[in-house]
Amino acid sequence: MRLSPRLTQAFVVSLLGLATAVTLVILIFVIVFILRKGLPAIDMEFLFTKPQDMGRAGGILPTIVASVLLPLIAVAIAAPLGVSTAVYLTEYTRESRVTRLIRFGADCLAGIPSILFGLFGFIFFVTILQMGWSLLSGGLTLALMILPTIIRTTEEAIRAVPNSYREVSTSLGATRFRTTAKVVLPNALPGIVTGIMLGVGRSIGETAAVIFTAGSSLRMPSSIFDSARTMSVHFYILAREGLSSEKAYGTAAVLIISVLAVNMVAYGLMNRFIRKRS
Amino acid sequence: MIRIGEKTVQRLLMAAAFSAIGGLLLIALFIFKEGLSFFIETGFRRFLFADVWDPQSGLYGIFPMLVASLWVTLGAMLLGAPLGISVAVFLVEFVPRSVMRVVKPTIELLAGIPSVVYGFIGVMVLAPFIRSTFGGPGLSLLAASFILGVMILPTIISISVDAITAVPASYREGSFALGATRWQTVRMVVLKAARSGIIASVILGMGRAVGETMAVIMVAGNAVKIPHSALDSVRTLTANIALEMGYATGRHREALFATGIVLFVVIMILNTAAGVMVRKRVSGKKG
Repeated sequence: MRLSPRLTQAFVVSLLGLATAVTLVILIFVIVFILRKGLPAIDMEFLFTKPQDMGRAGGILPTIVASVLLPLIAVAIAAPLGVSTAVYLTEYTRESRVTRLIRFGADCLAGIPSILFGLFGFIFFVTILQMGWSLLSGGLTLALMILPTIIRTTEEAIRAVPNSYREVSTSLGATRFRTTAKVVLPNALPGIVTGIMLGVGRSIGETAAVIFTAGSSLRMPSSIFDSARTMSVHFYILAREGLSSEKAYGTAAVLIISVLAVNMVAYGLMNRFIRKRS
Repeated sequence: MIRIGEKTVQRLLMAAAFSAIGGLLLIALFIFKEGLSFFIETGFRRFLFADVWDPQSGLYGIFPMLVASLWVTLGAMLLGAPLGISVAVFLVEFVPRSVMRVVKPTIELLAGIPSVVYGFIGVMVLAPFIRSTFGGPGLSLLAASFILGVMILPTIISISVDAITAVPASYREGSFALGATRWQTVRMVVLKAARSGIIASVILGMGRAVGETMAVIMVAGNAVKIPHSALDSVRTLTANIALEMGYATGRHREALFATGIVLFVVIMILNTAAGVMVRKRVSGKKG
């Protein structure tokens, strides 16, 4: 027996709707589960004191500091490189074999798993360049990891700036560099910030690439040459060693809230940017 | 004066533009440098297809990990691909745009949830569930596949949505004009037109699944043996590197870098395949 096309459609649509509902439920469950178990563990003491007894007691202050410093270092390195790359690709050259090579490199870099970044960072920055386990080694490794995101988002943002803006600037006698710096980049800024924020979010959540480069020292870092433990790494160690599930949930909650907040700012900016342009 | 400035700027920008590919080459160079001699000395076959990994006795066969990575990834795709593509089709074709504009960013936002968090949920919720329902240790191939399947959903959904949205409206209108229902149009026109983009999304999801480390370490159980059922504890290639890197020295460390080479090659093959698919889509649209 053949079902009528309408009936088939009704059946299929309910299946697809079910799939969507299941996906949303699973993803929202992850957040709600962590927040429900973790929020009660968070108080002023948890956020603003040092951990004691390997993290079984006390707070997570040094890991919060590390989770702020590490993405900052990564962005300070990756943002200038990424934005320059995007400017070069869009404003300073035509599509050619070279641009294709550059894009191919960025795409491949984006696909490299974080554990390979960790291996590389460990052998190159930590061992060969003798930076040791440090915020600097970790930041450099993360910079490479987030570079493709910044390039891609900046490129899209720059392409969205209407050509007439450039023409007006050029017709006023501005050089290409002045046009880029004074007209193109300011107009593309929200898109660029989106890319940077996505990079920050990814850096905060990263574990595999960080644990082998920044190490896992629980002490408060006093310079970029110190080893430090980010919230992600701390959470991983707490969960894996079974040190304290209360502290693990608490750390996970702070971690999730930070990452989601950063990503929300990123997507919020992007939406405003898109609306302005369309 | 200004002219010289322009030239310098262009050179600087060009130099910066090579940072990404330069980084990629550096990563490849150093992983190969550390692992390749081991790879060659041990022999291609003995390294890839020997099934005993026992660093203390100097035995380095990664076959169990290779099999485990393969199964875990396949399992993840079995869940993630159909579910992700279904969601993408539903969002683009059967839901008002305003709903999609809320749901898609929500799902992309969730792509940012750190992998350790997924791993933890796997340990606290999924593994006990599997243990009590199906038996076995709980931390297993099945648990790892499920968690990875969920983790790759945002990747597959986001890229598939873009691919399906990019199908010109005229294709759909032509099909409607012939009296097709929306689902018939989707099945016979839209999915065919968006095929290479959807395949690219699945390949990229696969790359993420193969490369995922922390979540897998937490839920897969990490026993070095060839799995005989989905409930067995397994160790993937990535887990093997991350678990032993902390204390490995000498030959042992080289063996881990050699494992990294295998992983690197697999990922590059997947990346290239996805790239080819995306390019096919772009050139297909022109024609």
